[in-house]
Amino acid sequence: MFPKTVFPKSVFPKDGPMRRRITITALVLASVAFPAGAETVQERAATCFTCHGEHGQSETENTPSLGGQQAPYALIQLFMFREKLRSFELMNEMAKAFTDDDLRTFSDFIATLPKPTPLADPGDPARMARAQALVQQHRCNTCHNTDFSGKDNVPRLANQREDYLAKTMREYKDNSRHGYDATMAEVLQPVTTDQIADLAYFLARVR
Amino acid sequence: MRIYSSAPRSLLLAGAFFGVLTFGAAAQQPASPPAAAPAAAPALPPGSPLIGRPDGEAAAKLAPVAAPPIAAAPDKLPLAKLKVPAGFNIEVYAAGMANARSLAEGDKGTVFVGSRTVDKVYAIVNKDGKRSVKIVASGLYRPNGVAFKDGTLYIAELSKISKIDKIEDNLDSPPKPTMIYDNLPKDEAHGWKFIAIGPDNKLYIPVGQPGNNVLHDDAHGQIRRINLDGTGAEVVALGVRNSVGFDWNPENKQMYFTDNGRDWLSEDVPQDKLNRLTKVGEDFGVPYCYQGNIPDPEFGWGHSCSEFTPPVGLMGPHAAALGMRFYTGNMFPKSYKNTIFVARHGSWNRSNKFGGDVVSVKLNKDGTVKSIEPFLTGFLEDNKYVGRPVDVMQLKDGSLLVSDDWNGAVYRISYGKQKVATQ
Repeated sequence: MFPKTVFPKSVFPKDGPMRRRITITALVLASVAFPAGAETVQERAATCFTCHGEHGQSETENTPSLGGQQAPYALIQLFMFREKLRSFELMNEMAKAFTDDDLRTFSDFIATLPKPTPLADPGDPARMARAQALVQQHRCNTCHNTDFSGKDNVPRLANQREDYLAKTMREYKDNSRHGYDATMAEVLQPVTTDQIADLAYFLARVR
Repeated sequence: MRIYSSAPRSLLLAGAFFGVLTFGAAAQQPASPPAAAPAAAPALPPGSPLIGRPDGEAAAKLAPVAAPPIAAAPDKLPLAKLKVPAGFNIEVYAAGMANARSLAEGDKGTVFVGSRTVDKVYAIVNKDGKRSVKIVASGLYRPNGVAFKDGTLYIAELSKISKIDKIEDNLDSPPKPTMIYDNLPKDEAHGWKFIAIGPDNKLYIPVGQPGNNVLHDDAHGQIRRINLDGTGAEVVALGVRNSVGFDWNPENKQMYFTDNGRDWLSEDVPQDKLNRLTKVGEDFGVPYCYQGNIPDPEFGWGHSCSEFTPPVGLMGPHAAALGMRFYTGNMFPKSYKNTIFVARHGSWNRSNKFGGDVVSVKLNKDGTVKSIEPFLTGFLEDNKYVGRPVDVMQLKDGSLLVSDDWNGAVYRISYGKQKVATQ
């Protein structure tokens, strides 16, 4: 198995020069290409687990945990990767050859993976309370559900990786990640970067 | 933080308020005693898109509904569930166009289809009695709007208008679109655009409000028009929240347009509007007044609905009245002449979904709405969508096309003895 320490920051666009990124992406792709003859979705998903973690929980920085994710949301994301509507080189490559049925198979499978667990550290009570107030204020719990498990096209947030949550919210806010629709770009307009950090801190630890 | 200039003072105050909170938060991070009481959520800043979203269990169940990303296979389309009045027929005209949205017909019978959640403009090509779907432009950003004039296809992306000349002569390898106008805001909220070319040979472009209920600046909440080369931009209508459909009355050339009402005021009001523009520069009231007679609870103070042009008709609560066209064809019975067909995408901000249909709107002699009747129904089943109509367009033979972004399909409605579309 590809050791996770070999995934440097440079697989993420914006970090490092283009040449290095491409080299590393190529390396990663060569190593994680689907094994020939892999049939079942479990076998094929071994590739996904390299970065996203084997039990629904990611140990790779800035890479989301997939466990318990809403299947319709996962389908939209895989579709957007395939169509290059969401830009992330590695995932764009992975999804490139997926058929519509592949997209559905993987998104349904992702939803069956065990939910990620909250960080052991319960979090600084003051910061948790501050974030909870933000959640109320911006009504995150309306669409994402009161327990942040998501619904349908709205993703599960509970116990997602803190770094990934913060990165995603920042990208929606500055419009470098295009949402499937306009909702998150709109909702995050009045939310400050510091508040985003608090929200991510809270959601990674919420119980 | 985005500043909407019509409310600079209150927004600056809100900004200061948030600034204080933020600095307070940063300062307290290393220490333990919290300075700000977290239990009471601070009030939303004026202009926040979330204003009016109530707490409470029933409201918490409502969220915008997103269409499936993949176009439905032709055999999975809900055709059997769709109902039209007696004597009319409905068939699938084309399928497999993910997120099919606005429609425009070319001189040679090609039907162009925009999209919003994907990056493509499609063409339904008629050749030798057979129809096929081609992609004529991709890599675009929310290319919702399409219009056609004198051989040229016009495409509206989120913040840019472009064109492809002689498109129907180059359907197999069309050139990239050429930008003609991009002096447009880049806001996501209500940023996707319907476009159409008026009898004055100008291209009409809506610029929606950048949020649910906000005091917008001079660049938003309006409809503009430009010359077909991108010059001469001019605002023609003000106080428009989010219009996604318009057409001109064939009898007097007056522009009619749909406008979507705000969310979260209540289950049943405000209703979406059908507006009529009788002179350049009319103000339709948003965000001070909704549906012609409801002063907004926040922004309505100091204003009266009588300051603004009232709608000619109301299209239903949260109904999402989108594409609309006057019917001028000869195929349908005479009673449909100059009827407006309106596609209602259907509500999300309502416990019992409303709309998700095409209605026929008949006008009084004075141009106000006389009646609204269902024309195409069946997209709503057990309070869930099996399809969502976006736009309507009359073909040259007098039949009516309806786009469905939920399934990525276009249907054709004809009258009389059913026969396959010929062009």
